[in-house]
Amino acid sequence: MEQKRLIYMDHAATTYTKPEVVETMMPFFTEQFGNASSVYTFGRKSKAAVETAREQVAKAIGAKSDEIYFVNGGSEADNWAIKGIAWAHRDKGNHIITTKIEHHAVLHVCEYLENNGFEVTYLSVDENGLIDLDELKRAITDKTILITIMFANNEIGTIQPIAEIGKIARERGIIFHTDAVQAVGNVAIDVEKMNIDLLSLAGHKFYGPKGIGALYIRKGIKIENLIHGGGQERRRRAGTENLPGIVGLGKAIEMATENLEEHNEKIRKMRDRLLNGIMEKIPYTKLNGHPEKRLPGNINVSFKFIEGESLLLMLDQLGICASTGSACSSGSLDPSHVLLAIGLPHEIAHGSLRLSLGDLTTEEDIDYVLEVLPKIVQRLREMSPLYEDFIKKGEN
Amino acid sequence: MYSDKVMDHFMNPRNVGEIVDANGVGEVGNAKCGDIMKIYLEVEDNIIKDVKFKTFGCGAAIASSSMATELIKGKTLEEAWNLTNKAVAEALDGLPPVKMHCSVLAEGAIHKAINDYRIRMGLEPWEDNITDLDDHHHHNNE
Repeated sequence: MEQKRLIYMDHAATTYTKPEVVETMMPFFTEQFGNASSVYTFGRKSKAAVETAREQVAKAIGAKSDEIYFVNGGSEADNWAIKGIAWAHRDKGNHIITTKIEHHAVLHVCEYLENNGFEVTYLSVDENGLIDLDELKRAITDKTILITIMFANNEIGTIQPIAEIGKIARERGIIFHTDAVQAVGNVAIDVEKMNIDLLSLAGHKFYGPKGIGALYIRKGIKIENLIHGGGQERRRRAGTENLPGIVGLGKAIEMATENLEEHNEKIRKMRDRLLNGIMEKIPYTKLNGHPEKRLPGNINVSFKFIEGESLLLMLDQLGICASTGSACSSGSLDPSHVLLAIGLPHEIAHGSLRLSLGDLTTEEDIDYVLEVLPKIVQRLREMSPLYEDFIKKGEN
Repeated sequence: MYSDKVMDHFMNPRNVGEIVDANGVGEVGNAKCGDIMKIYLEVEDNIIKDVKFKTFGCGAAIASSSMATELIKGKTLEEAWNLTNKAVAEALDGLPPVKMHCSVLAEGAIHKAINDYRIRMGLEPWEDNITDLDDHHHHNNE
């Protein structure tokens, strides 16, 4: 199918890599390719580049550089953090607290641990996707060894009260991990002030390359290794360093965090114009996620009476890239666990659309989506027996 | 993921709409699973003179409805009854395995509409071997 132009509204899935980032990476493929773990000068130059990147990552989140470990992405960081803490502290307890709306890289690790003798509490969330701090406090037992709660949700964009959670964890002496894959580059993060003990991040969500991420581990936290082998990353994570990736991650996180507020303001303004336009032009639409405490680029709405996959296909025909929480797009039986957790009935969850704005978004894109989206929704509604029933009921 | 034929029938669905004075109507699926298909028949002298559909569902569900209605238009009720989900899928140049249930829904909706017509005419409904269409996800109808 031919596409007229690309309107990329799926920045939460992945971002392009900024040319400046690619430029920084290039010499490390072709010229300065030495193994960062080698003794000779050529290798040591690579090592120096890795350490510079480590400092850039540390600075972006308020950590020290020897608390940063490079991994291959967000899923590995989450796996390492949760399994590593669970195995290292199982003499102390076997209880983990998380939420119902985590990414699968957290939820499936928790299920794996449940099959291996651990107990997991999945905190519920309110209709906006926020956890209840009192419920968190009540869930803590003397067996609790880890609290893992995402910084910001990938689907509905809701930002959790991370500093308050960190404070509770610290007071109770419980390790606190946060999956900040969606938050980095969108929200100001300070692991010191927020009492975060472990934090996962991934380069390709903030205009860095794919296949590289990092896990921050507060100094003094006991953790088991996940990847065993060579002595890289101070004997914590085996495998030859992904040199170009690491250099790119450093550059990307520096760029993403230096003008954070200014950048967010620009994205938020466009997001609000698009969101308000959608709510105004398309009746029977529900906003999913918190109205204010949400990622600046995130829109998640449900259009009643229609199904998300058919909506995505029609948008795709016009070159618009977006996501849905409908089961039909993933081949699974149920719609998104996040949308069900905020209390949406199945049929409303099936009609969800996520538009995530970012650096590629222009005012023209917003105009275009506002022009075509209402027509597409109306077209699908006119095909829908649910809409027909609804209209007939109204007439009677 | 979808064939060109599926995309064509999805983007330009045939026979979409409602027949106000239909004499046979069948609806299958449920909103919880994310797909509902409703078929309207206008039957005259045992021939399907007109057919229309309304579908809530994914691209494959809409394309299957469109193709199925095309395949039964102008046919006798016996011919329409014997249309299998496989024939619908084949006419669409295939459906992804996870979407085969959409073609099953189309077959089921046609059966339901035909039996609705038969009941209205005071005839015995035909025995339908497709059961539990409202819970089709849990079956392997392929």
